[in-house]
Amino acid sequence: MRAFSYARAEDASAAVRLAGASARARYLGGGTNLVDLMRETVEQPDALVDVTALPAAIEARSDGSILIGAGASNTAVAADLAVRTRFPALARAILAGASGQIRNMATVGGNILQRTRCTYFYDDASRCNKRAPGAGCDAIDGFNRIHAILGASPACVATHPSDMCVALAALDATVHLQGHGGSRTMRLVDLHRLPGGRPHVETELQRDELITAVELPALPFAAGSTYRKVRDRASYAFALVSVAAALDVGPDGTVRDVRLALGGVAHKPWRASIAEAALRGRPATADSFRDAADAELADAAGLRHNAFKIDLARRTVAATLEGLAGGDRT
Amino acid sequence: MRFTINGQAVEASVDLRTSLLDLLRDHLHLYGTKKGCNQGACGACTVLVDGNRINSCLALAVQYQDRAVTTVEGLAGEHGLHPLQQAFIEHDGFQCGYCTPGQLCSAIGMAAEAERGVPSAVTADLSAGPVVLDHDELRERMSGNLCRCGAYNGIVEAITQTLVTGAAE
Ligand SMILES: Cc1cc2nc3c(=O)[nH]c(=O)nc-3n(C[C@H](O)[C@H](O)[C@H](O)COP(=O)(O)OP(=O)(O)OC[C@H]3O[C@@H](n4cnc5c(N)ncnc54)[C@H](O)[C@@H]3O)c2cc1C
Ligand code: FES
Ligand code: FES
Repeated sequence: MRAFSYARAEDASAAVRLAGASARARYLGGGTNLVDLMRETVEQPDALVDVTALPAAIEARSDGSILIGAGASNTAVAADLAVRTRFPALARAILAGASGQIRNMATVGGNILQRTRCTYFYDDASRCNKRAPGAGCDAIDGFNRIHAILGASPACVATHPSDMCVALAALDATVHLQGHGGSRTMRLVDLHRLPGGRPHVETELQRDELITAVELPALPFAAGSTYRKVRDRASYAFALVSVAAALDVGPDGTVRDVRLALGGVAHKPWRASIAEAALRGRPATADSFRDAADAELADAAGLRHNAFKIDLARRTVAATLEGLAGGDRT
Repeated sequence: MRFTINGQAVEASVDLRTSLLDLLRDHLHLYGTKKGCNQGACGACTVLVDGNRINSCLALAVQYQDRAVTTVEGLAGEHGLHPLQQAFIEHDGFQCGYCTPGQLCSAIGMAAEAERGVPSAVTADLSAGPVVLDHDELRERMSGNLCRCGAYNGIVEAITQTLVTGAAE
């Protein structure tokens, strides 16, 4: 690990100022991803700005929305009663990730900006365009079971590993940011990028831009939302495929509204807009759900070891929606 | 850097790169806490910070200044072993013992989480209500602690006997 300086920020402005004073500063949340990557020398910051003292409050507003401070631990968000009742998909997504210990350490900001678990990205003996732009990608012809089936590029097939972000993407979450140029908000689905030719540029954030909060807009039918994760072991493993979904079925049995996002399939949390559009106004039946899943996955492309994910994603989408339509917990 | 470790005020002057785990083992000679993977994947390094369980291998010590850290060395009281330690012995909750310090600290943190009503991935109803630590809940909540010797059944029994309210003594 390379040497770095350390400072604890008392508020967001101080954090941005402290980060601006160094050439390669990084914000430090729980450190569960950053410390690991520093040990592997994938990350080599010269300064760490500890942001765990930043606001961590979870504010359930009377209009049905919730504002979550970026310093909140993953455990605190999943345990919050308003989150659990208004947006159970978010609580379930967090609880499906990592372990009790890691969720206690991990912050909301750090979870959003955690980096891919592609093994070639971690291994500095391998070629990786994300770690060393222009070096090439050893995953494309390598062992790529966990890699992307949607939105990948010839430069990078890595996936974004967060469970929490899949729920945030489905639930129309907005991210509050503060940087050298002031404050702004951004839709979570716009924050992460697809790899294209520049996979090392992973987000639309500017230099030293800090996540200060995440906002979930009111969505009454999200009270029935859920998260389903498919993985190699029943607990403590990253998703092969995951689905966050909320479904609003009218009294006539047609889909009034729906929110759907996929995890484990792309370089970013994947909002399934095509499937959503295909579903609105259609009967809430197994056939509709299958058709919508097929439409979303129509452009999916498999690599040598991950082609199974295409069908897995289709079936998981359909099964999750069927569970919601049937009133089951999935 | 100042810490409170097992109730004792401790000062240490270490490189900023030092993890809480290395601080405990290499600098304070508290060898109870174990290093398995050093990357958050095994739970052997689990300690309690202000009562919350964390993986000390992924924690930079500098970030935990002025906090109260409890390691396995701090579990036993004046009158001997912590009841959970005793139960691990009685239920064969270990073979080689390498994962045990982490299992013990994790279980104590886990029970406190359940007491506060923190749900888990297998909690059927998220809406409220007290957490019932049945077999599935325990397995899920303890999944961050691996045991290569496969002493899981004994571990679950020991935790159930000691930390689950209402479980038969
Ligand atoms: C063994 C293991 C298993 C895991 N399994 C899962 C899993 O199944 N599902 C899952 O979703 N995740 C999993 N994770 C990942 C875990 O969720 C992340 O490591 C964690 O959420 C990161 O949060 P943190 O606060 O520790 O971030 P840090 O490691 O502190 O930071 C991560 C990144 O975010 C940046 N950052 C932090 N806070 C801010 C902020 N406020 N504004 C701007 N930038 C910020 C940092 O600079 C850094 O680049 C696992 C991790 C481990 C080690
Ligand atoms: S040594 Fe910390 S989790 Fe394995
Ligand atoms: S007792 Fe040997 S690893 Fe658990």
